[in-house]
Amino acid sequence: MDKIPVLQLGDLLLVTIQVDMHDKLALALQDDLTRKIADSKIRGVLIEIYALSMVDSFIGRMINNIASMARILDAETVVVGMQPAVAITLVELGLSLHGVRTALNVDKGMALLRTPLGSVEGYSDASRET
Amino acid sequence: MQVEKHETFDILVESDIVEVRQRARQWAIELKFGIVDQTKMLTAASELARNTLIYGGGGRVYFEMLHDDLNRSGLRLTFEDEGPGIPDIDIAMADHYSTGGGLGLGLSGSKRLVNDFQIKSEPGLGTRVSVTRWK
Repeated sequence: MDKIPVLQLGDLLLVTIQVDMHDKLALALQDDLTRKIADSKIRGVLIEIYALSMVDSFIGRMINNIASMARILDAETVVVGMQPAVAITLVELGLSLHGVRTALNVDKGMALLRTPLGSVEGYSDASRET
Repeated sequence: MQVEKHETFDILVESDIVEVRQRARQWAIELKFGIVDQTKMLTAASELARNTLIYGGGGRVYFEMLHDDLNRSGLRLTFEDEGPGIPDIDIAMADHYSTGGGLGLGLSGSKRLVNDFQIKSEPGLGTRVSVTRWK
């Protein structure tokens, strides 16, 4: 079975989803990420989904699960690069990504992960000005 | 209303869900759907194909390119299985109701993504869900 590569950069994990995922592949990624977060003392997970043409309830649940498990293991998750049409569809589908932080691109996502939790508000204010 | 073109595809294994999404997208592109309409249709296709496989135990989807009297074109997808059926459609259509351990948004969510949604189910005989999106 093919596998989605997970890159480690210091105490961050980077995932870029480039394929149309079938359900088992999504579950495998969820397991893989959770294991790596626990094993390698990861602080942040960045998931880039620019290439995803849709997020249905299954993939949405996977993203929610990853974020919840990461939080329990003391790591933050940021989803970046969601296509506008995917975001519109996700909202109409009725899926809210509770507790999942999002950013428009990898740069902003990385900045978010490098910001201590307490100053998150400060970050979003600053990003609005730029 | 006339059907200009149609295709049938069997949904038997998990990778078929991905294939249904890709075909739905090709059909939507052929109909010159905008990107939001395309995305809505292929997301609904993904949800319903998964239902057909998981709850229906497999089945098939019909893709149909429609043309109506008002000169509109549309894409209709009909998912059909011979599974156990749905005992109470009103309950199954409620948001967040699930018997399969999912989020319970498959049916109710798909309905919000299309212009026309029809469901028919007979316990013991199977389920048929038909969704249409007009351009």
